[in-house]
Amino acid sequence: MSNASEKCRVLTLVLIVFTSCSAGAVNVGERAPDINLPTLKNEGILSLSDFRGRVVYLDFWASWCGSCRTSLPLLSKLRDELSISGLEVIGVNVDADTAAGVKFINKYPVSFPVLADPAGKTPKLYALKGMPTSFLIDKSGKVRKIHQGFKKSDMQVIRHQVMNLLKEK
Amino acid sequence: MLIIRYAVAISFLMGIGLTSGCANVEAWERGVLSKSEMSWDPDPLSAGLNEHIYFSKEGSSGGAALGGGGCGCN
Repeated sequence: MSNASEKCRVLTLVLIVFTSCSAGAVNVGERAPDINLPTLKNEGILSLSDFRGRVVYLDFWASWCGSCRTSLPLLSKLRDELSISGLEVIGVNVDADTAAGVKFINKYPVSFPVLADPAGKTPKLYALKGMPTSFLIDKSGKVRKIHQGFKKSDMQVIRHQVMNLLKEK
Repeated sequence: MLIIRYAVAISFLMGIGLTSGCANVEAWERGVLSKSEMSWDPDPLSAGLNEHIYFSKEGSSGGAALGGGGCGCN
């Protein structure tokens, strides 16, 4: 075996070791990994798969995230309006201290289920790059859109995307 | 022998990576970093006033940052 090919093998191994850490992101078109978490107020455990057959807007948020103060009430309003047509919004609170999330939700109440993940397993599974990040999941459980960050004007786009997914069989 | 040398080199590189003290703070772990006491200027109003005084004393605009270059021409 030549020296050069051996060097190549070693370099490939090093690259695999160093790049394997960034693998695992959820992309558009892929099946949304199932999540199984307790609700924020510890009223039971919910799974993403419980909502199969409905369009799901999965929103990762935290009490320290400024944009979440804007997004949560607007998402709650959208859910109230389109729940009957098949939309469900699921919030996942990623505060390390769940009490901070509870305090936030008492101040900004929402109508949709909010789950707690203080250990940060699901944001890691979904490989979030920023806060808030949301995944629009179709009736078959596939991720169709990913939203990073939030501003008030995004709501019009989100609403349009949700409406399109609700029309699908 | 060559393989051992490469193994030592890789271990050395990984050792540097592990002991460099750099931690990757993920997006969902920034709760502490987002606290006001963690920012350079916890009070934007007083920072603005201090900056204004600094500019006046320096006689130039942009003296505290890159903008303007301190040439006094803007």
